[in-house]
Amino acid sequence: MTTRIDQRFAALKSEGRAALVTFTMAGDPDTKTSLEILKALPKAGADVIELGMPFTDPMADGPAIQAGGLRALNAGQTMIKTLAMIRAFRKDDDATPIVLMGYYNPIYIYGVAKFLVDAKAAGVDGLIVVDLPPEEDEELCLPALKAGLNFIRLATPTTDDNRLPAVLANTSGFVYYVSITGITGSAAPDAAKVHAAVTRIKRHTKLPVAVGFGVRTAKQARAIAEGAEAVVVGSALVGALKDSLDKKGKATGKTVKAVTSLVAELAKGVRGAKQTAAK
Amino acid sequence: MTAPQQPNSFRTGPDERGHFGIYGGRFVAETLMPLILELEKAYAAAKADPEFKREMDGHLKNYVGRPSPLYLAERLTAHFGGAKIYFKREDLNHTGAHKVNNVLGQIMLAKRMGKPRVIAETGAGMHGVATATMCAKFGLDCVVFMGALDVARQQPNVLRMRALGAEVRPVESGAKTLKDAMNEALRDWVTNVGDTFYCIGTVAGPHPYPMMVRDFQCIIGDETRVQMQEAEGRLPDSLLACIGGGSNAMGLFHPFLDDRNVEIYGVEAAGHGLKSKHAASVAGGRPGVLHGNRTYLLMDADGQIEEAHSISAGLDYPGIGPEHAWLADLGRVKFLSATDKEALAAFQLCSRLEGIIPALEPCHALAKLGEIAPKQLKDHLLVINLSGRGDKDLDSVAHHLGGKL
Repeated sequence: MTTRIDQRFAALKSEGRAALVTFTMAGDPDTKTSLEILKALPKAGADVIELGMPFTDPMADGPAIQAGGLRALNAGQTMIKTLAMIRAFRKDDDATPIVLMGYYNPIYIYGVAKFLVDAKAAGVDGLIVVDLPPEEDEELCLPALKAGLNFIRLATPTTDDNRLPAVLANTSGFVYYVSITGITGSAAPDAAKVHAAVTRIKRHTKLPVAVGFGVRTAKQARAIAEGAEAVVVGSALVGALKDSLDKKGKATGKTVKAVTSLVAELAKGVRGAKQTAAK
Repeated sequence: MTAPQQPNSFRTGPDERGHFGIYGGRFVAETLMPLILELEKAYAAAKADPEFKREMDGHLKNYVGRPSPLYLAERLTAHFGGAKIYFKREDLNHTGAHKVNNVLGQIMLAKRMGKPRVIAETGAGMHGVATATMCAKFGLDCVVFMGALDVARQQPNVLRMRALGAEVRPVESGAKTLKDAMNEALRDWVTNVGDTFYCIGTVAGPHPYPMMVRDFQCIIGDETRVQMQEAEGRLPDSLLACIGGGSNAMGLFHPFLDDRNVEIYGVEAAGHGLKSKHAASVAGGRPGVLHGNRTYLLMDADGQIEEAHSISAGLDYPGIGPEHAWLADLGRVKFLSATDKEALAAFQLCSRLEGIIPALEPCHALAKLGEIAPKQLKDHLLVINLSGRGDKDLDSVAHHLGGKL
């Protein structure tokens, strides 16, 4: 089975450059604007798209993404609308991988079997579910793999060499290395430490490694991209979106552009990196 | 749906992965998973160490003041004219509630694991006070997360925590109550994994917490067995306790689960009523996943968690411990609920008839005495867990009763 994720990473490897993975929240600040952003991301330079499924209790997220999720929920975002956004995106783009990211309860309540069928049909390629460690693989990971979706696992600084094989066992698509112990959007990671960690993970897997949590600027993105196959940026994009809103938290004429120009800047950073990890 | 098969024993759970039937589990971010496995190991080692038990028993006796009395509430018994009503007086523990039983165990474990910093979430503030107390006693740093709304309605406990040297961090996210305090505590834990011990206050969260907190609270039921034997020469006929997360209830119930003749009632908070805003997750919720475990939760059709409401900050949580969820499905524990108004009436009745000012949490259990006690014969022995004292609630009660207090 190859997914759009596998294909995209293979293509980038032959180009010899790292990927920019963007995270935005589905339905933030409303479904229509969020879809416009989604459609504009590939052209702005996103190689892989992570789309957040909003949840009331995002325990691993910092203030920026918490607020983005609440804006989406207050504007009436639901799982059905999130999947519809992806179907709409797929009408024009059949190549850019989309990874849904979030927490388990909204999927569990939607119904795991139905969710996997609907997500696959909508054009979803992979899932990142923060509160499903390998210990709970039977819940969603194994059924998702069977349904032809990638299940992307987070590895963290606390995932030591003894535990890495368990974490990587059912991981596919790529490995998401969480560069800090903390919540999204907190302290910037130290590039040298991150590269050492990526090297450690690569001893256990052939999968591409993406690095995220705390990356905000093109310069940081570039530094990280020198030693990893992909850089994930989320809180900075959600923060840029927020800064473009009016006083009532509604989208303005600047909202889409606020996100895409930051993506373009970050893409330049990532593409300027001298890649070593992929070789 | 067919009823789940009845087990031979109700006391053998959870399985090695932390499941009680379909409930429980370990639904946490990867960053926390190695810690949770480490905690599980450390707890198993402590449990097997006679020295740990010996030290804990000493503190329970000389510091907490255990055993807590089993008290025959004669005027309430006469008032309802049925069952003989006993109070298990957890309100007389040091710090004024059952919470301290669990906190003592967890803080001793933190010390044993070499963690210098302890975090906790709190609703009514009783768990926060107990944690601040034990951290003072054992010389550990303490940070307590408390919803900003609860900080406002439970001021005396905020001051107690500060007096004990703890830092109280008001949580402004979400509904600003217990659920949000727990989210924030988890965020802190993910950030400070190296040096921090998370002291959870109820029988919920990822495995091993529901089991570990239950084990530490079982002293309530264990003592009750012995005390009732001494007082009446036999076991009680029924048990009654309020349930938010459910640690006071689990502590009383668990040692009696396999005594099939003992009827067990858990009382959830019905807030403004089950058709309005409430905190009764078994009565008004369904199974979902939050805060590390699968259990009954209040949520909307899309799986978004709903805000709970109860007059009692300690019951104001949209979930319940996973073992309670399992016992509810099996029918071993019968679930009832009491509204804010019923709890307030019980508060006044108990205060005036027994000279005991109860916390608003056990008032929910007291409120059901009128349904249960009068139907029983006079030799029916009923034990209610008086899980905490009501000083902390006086402002709140006075406010709700207008000038009538």
